[in-house]
Amino acid sequence: MKEIINLPVKNVEEEEYHINMGPQHPSTHGVLRLVVSLQGEIVKSLKPHCGYIHRGIEKMCEKDTYPQIIHLTDRMDYLSAHINNHAVCMLVENALEVEVPERVKYIRTIVDELNRIASHQLWWCSFGMDMGGLTCFFYGLRDREKILDIFEESFGSRLLHSYYTPGGLMMDIHPDFQKNVKAFIKYFRKKIKDYDELLTGNIIMQLRTKGVGILSKEDAISYGVTGPSGRASGFACDVRKHHPYGVYDKVVFNEVMGTAGDTFERYMMRMHEMHESMKIIEQLIDNIPPGDYTTKMKAVLKLPAGEYFQRVEAARGELGVYVISDGNKSPYRMKFRSPNFSNLSVLDHVSRGCKIADLVAIGGSLDYVIPDIDR
Amino acid sequence: MNSFFEYFADIFRAVKSLLTGMKVTGRYFFSPWEIVTQQYPENRKTLKMYDRFKGEVIMPHNEHNEHRCTGCGICETACPNGSIEIIQAKIDMPDGKKKRIIDKHIYRLGMCTFCGLCIKSCPSDALAWGQEFEHAVFDRSKLNKTLNQPGSSIIKDIVE
Repeated sequence: MKEIINLPVKNVEEEEYHINMGPQHPSTHGVLRLVVSLQGEIVKSLKPHCGYIHRGIEKMCEKDTYPQIIHLTDRMDYLSAHINNHAVCMLVENALEVEVPERVKYIRTIVDELNRIASHQLWWCSFGMDMGGLTCFFYGLRDREKILDIFEESFGSRLLHSYYTPGGLMMDIHPDFQKNVKAFIKYFRKKIKDYDELLTGNIIMQLRTKGVGILSKEDAISYGVTGPSGRASGFACDVRKHHPYGVYDKVVFNEVMGTAGDTFERYMMRMHEMHESMKIIEQLIDNIPPGDYTTKMKAVLKLPAGEYFQRVEAARGELGVYVISDGNKSPYRMKFRSPNFSNLSVLDHVSRGCKIADLVAIGGSLDYVIPDIDR
Repeated sequence: MNSFFEYFADIFRAVKSLLTGMKVTGRYFFSPWEIVTQQYPENRKTLKMYDRFKGEVIMPHNEHNEHRCTGCGICETACPNGSIEIIQAKIDMPDGKKKRIIDKHIYRLGMCTFCGLCIKSCPSDALAWGQEFEHAVFDRSKLNKTLNQPGSSIIKDIVE
């Protein structure tokens, strides 16, 4: 008893201790474990531990043929499944030097943008929920449901579509597709005002996000933070604008750019991007040219030996697909440059010196999807 | 004095922003016709899925218990995860030749990822998407299905 009393009294203020955030934590949006080193409430450093949902997708691709790879890319960043499919399809088409019909390009661009809106809506729900506003979660999901209904009607499934194939599309769009998309745009322009009233202007949300987790432009570039998170810091990295694919070179849209680089700016980037995506869809939806929805491809696709790379702008940033082919029907090596992995890597840098509660806000604004990080 | 007014202005702005949010939720509270929730298990009778809905892979049979599957095995090759297994049989034709027909078309629903490559690759359109989506069963062996019905045969005009 005497020994216990004589223990030296440590200053709690100076003592560092570690806590585990995750792997089962609602605000990490999946199975991500963050080992946070804390001093009091201040985050000193942070180590993300990945790999809880590693499925070896890149290795599985090495035994699959190119059309079969498509359905695996759905399961990486499942919230932008169409855009992931688009990357692989374009890589195969460019390697085989196949020109896809204009109709396919138009449909792919529209569907990509719908997917981007759906992804940002889900991000808005979960960000609001991280901030403590459960109402946002229901309102965002209600509007996302409209897009998922359009997807379900045309492509048969709601989340993992496998709609694109190398050379075209799995099937033509539903006859009601254009009508429903236009109805959705009209509906969502009205409802997005609710989003601003409910969360953007909210004083609690603003105080928790403004000036929190500032990422400078230099750091965004050196860490490779792309997508809305990178653009919030002023890093012009929109692949759609700088290296257009699909029909992005035919539409007028702004690359939404921010300057502050804090959590609120990252939030505003995605809110503005939803407006820009709606603008893109409105320009294309009435002008889908008639024609085939697919080109005649060989039964077995064999890429000529060599290295290929293709990148697209996924909802969270730049997705790159890299393939080494040895001339066989499946790739020799396949590598995905996932935007979420780079965005997660900056979390340690931006959250140093913040409170542990701010870590939830910063993580929510970086919007990582864990299956894409682990693959 | 200036900071004094600023202090109260901040409070006023904060309350106003909260009331703006409350206005949105209040509006939905008093307009229940905007509710979009479906009463799922109760509306089972009237629930209709979209035509293209990917519920499960089925093999349509006509009224004479005939299907279009020749047993060529292209769907088995196209499937990325081995959900489909074709067991073939040989029958003696009247002209003395042997003909390959399908004995069992085994479809493992538990392994299926609904990519649709089997349906797309089928040369004789023997497979299609079914609308059934309530796949929960108590034993996983029940997820292994044989798609061709017992005693079924191939439609006469299908050629390989």
